[in-house]
Amino acid sequence: MDSIHAPSSADAGHAGSHRHWRHTRRLTAWLLAIWFLSTFFFLYFARALDQVHLFGWPVSFYMAAQGMMLIYLAIVVYYMRRMRRLEQQFHQEQGHGE
Amino acid sequence: MESNKDFFRRLTRYYALYTLGFIVFLCVLALLEHEGMPRTWIGYLFLFVTIGLYAAIGVVCRTSDVPEYYVAGRRVPPLFNGMATAADWISAATFISLAGGLYLQGFDGLAYIIGWTGGYCLVAVLIAPYLRKFGQYTIADFLAARYPGKAGGNVIRILAVCATILISFTYVVAQIYGVGLITSRFTGIDFSIGIFLGLASILVCSFLGGMRAITWTQVAQYIIILLAYLVPVIWLSAKHTSVPAPPVAYGVVLPKLTAIEQLLEQDPKELEVRRMFQARADDYALKLATLPQSWEEGREEVQRHIDEVKRNTHASLAEIKAASRMLSSYPKNEEEARRRWNEARAVALARAQPPTAQTEPFPGRDAEASDIKRNNFLALVFCLMLGTAALPHILMRYYTTPTVAAARKSVFWTLFFIMLIYLSVPALAVLVKYDIYTSLVGSSYAHLPDWVYYWANIDKINPLVAIHDVNHDGVVQLSEIALDGDIIVLAMPEIAGLPYFVSGLVAAGGLAAALSTADGLLLTISNALSHDIYYKVVDPSASSQKRVTISKLLLLVVALLAAYAASLKPGDILSMVGAAFSLAASTLFPALVLGVFWKRVNQPGAMAGIVSGFLMCVFYMLHTTPAFGGSAAGQWFHIAPISAGVFGVPTGAAVMVLVSLLTAPPDDGVIALVEHIRSP
Repeated sequence: MDSIHAPSSADAGHAGSHRHWRHTRRLTAWLLAIWFLSTFFFLYFARALDQVHLFGWPVSFYMAAQGMMLIYLAIVVYYMRRMRRLEQQFHQEQGHGE
Repeated sequence: MESNKDFFRRLTRYYALYTLGFIVFLCVLALLEHEGMPRTWIGYLFLFVTIGLYAAIGVVCRTSDVPEYYVAGRRVPPLFNGMATAADWISAATFISLAGGLYLQGFDGLAYIIGWTGGYCLVAVLIAPYLRKFGQYTIADFLAARYPGKAGGNVIRILAVCATILISFTYVVAQIYGVGLITSRFTGIDFSIGIFLGLASILVCSFLGGMRAITWTQVAQYIIILLAYLVPVIWLSAKHTSVPAPPVAYGVVLPKLTAIEQLLEQDPKELEVRRMFQARADDYALKLATLPQSWEEGREEVQRHIDEVKRNTHASLAEIKAASRMLSSYPKNEEEARRRWNEARAVALARAQPPTAQTEPFPGRDAEASDIKRNNFLALVFCLMLGTAALPHILMRYYTTPTVAAARKSVFWTLFFIMLIYLSVPALAVLVKYDIYTSLVGSSYAHLPDWVYYWANIDKINPLVAIHDVNHDGVVQLSEIALDGDIIVLAMPEIAGLPYFVSGLVAAGGLAAALSTADGLLLTISNALSHDIYYKVVDPSASSQKRVTISKLLLLVVALLAAYAASLKPGDILSMVGAAFSLAASTLFPALVLGVFWKRVNQPGAMAGIVSGFLMCVFYMLHTTPAFGGSAAGQWFHIAPISAGVFGVPTGAAVMVLVSLLTAPPDDGVIALVEHIRSP
């Protein structure tokens, strides 16, 4: 049946993974806040921005057609890099603890 | 076994060669066309070469090994998994209809672009890495392990399987329908034969090699989709602007388009045509108001007309036939008259409206109408995003990467490859619109371009394009053109005057999009049945050989069922695909996310949440869709039925939290599992 690794027995490891989870959670909350604001907050006020033009583009159309996608990609990239660093940090700490 | 790096390098080499080969194939076809090869031959060549190619990859990748069959051996490099997921994601609807929606609805069509990319933020931070860390085979596996009750998680497993099948089946039928549509339009073969041709290629692939064959085929399909979308758009950008980069180029065209739109809105000839449509709509309104009398009068009039024609000895056979056709197509009874006249009135009313401005957000007659549009836009974006993050056939792909970090990276590549195409979708819509507004509008009826005749004759009952000289001035007005959204992509090469091999390429791209999505969906359904129902519930002692065999058999059955459903040409099922997103969001999303982020959620809570989210969503759809006996008057806050998830998700989540708090917390095993999933 499903094999699940028992959580590492060392208490140090436990505290480490709790800290790691706290960091992950905070990062997730921040990124979701950006995601939410850049999507729903912006779209709610899209009409007001319709008359604003930047480099020939109506701002609201540009954002909806391209800008938001780029923000989403940035969110995913930032998450990927930040998590990689957090994981490295965690493994280093584990290495010192043993 | 070779290392991941060598494997990656080998794959890159193969696909680079493959892309080069395909480009050479394109050049050869371009040359052959130049030498005078007939169009149908080019269509056939594209159809058979690409389908044969996918089948060949399936044969090369055949396997019966369980991890290979279910999760491609968990060694798909992130870049290639991203490409395969993007192909899985880009369905027939995205490829064919997305640009058409943008063309017809302007800003409102962007809801799909935003929803279908923003959803990947949720996949990246809330779901994919945790699923990979969990590391089994299906979505139901995760839910069953996270919410085991006294019966051992099978209850929740069966719920999850039902949701998976319901969501995936409507979706796969639409894909196979798309395959039939594309093959029949481009090669002239029969719709049902087209379906079974496509099916054959899907089956060779998934039947022989499961996830492994599908993944490598999908990468190949993605490359074709990308070329098929970008080559014509780049061509079009180069034609209308000096910049051959579509996302930049249409910024140059937009102000010009807006200027033309404003001109056409006030043009006296346009106003005249729109007034004529308004008069037509008023006429229908009057007839509807005086039912059943108007129906009887109308029938008598038709009868009188027939008698007159028959009395006239000089009437030709064709005239008599036309007259009797008028009678046979006249509504049979009052009921039918009401329905058909209502439809006709709606069509006339829609055409009496001034053209939708391309860039204006939420245009409406007054502030209230505009607000309703905005709220629906927001609701649709919400449902599409959460639905994306809960579609089983997409989530399943993140089991196939070697590590958790690779899963995160692969979400990035997925979004990147989807974006490569999505950035050009609005560009395509705007450039085609500009082309039509400048070259077709204002031209003479004596010199209509060929594509108009070609596409008008493909489907006589629901013509894809209809241009009639309503005000008899011999000049094409914008209001006289009725286009089906699907035509924007499929006919775009002809509209822009590109050579025919580009049309063939676009068709091959649409076919690849439909086939790749159908592949992934069929595998998801058959895996849910064979792995979750047969192996986990019915016969847990089945040997791995037997499991894979059962899965293959089920795949065959499901594929045939889906093809049969598609061959009935169910119009309603196409609209249900949009509903699949709301359903996925309402049923699976809360259970998946809370399962990782809240330790306290337990089995009774999850079950109650899934069921109530589902019921809420279905109730709202039935309650507000006229086709199911509801009515638009039953809408809450004027939200359209496609966005039922806006009510389903909060209901499901709230019930899940409440019931969990009222019942006993999950046991230590579950807590250990959650900690395991969360730890790096």
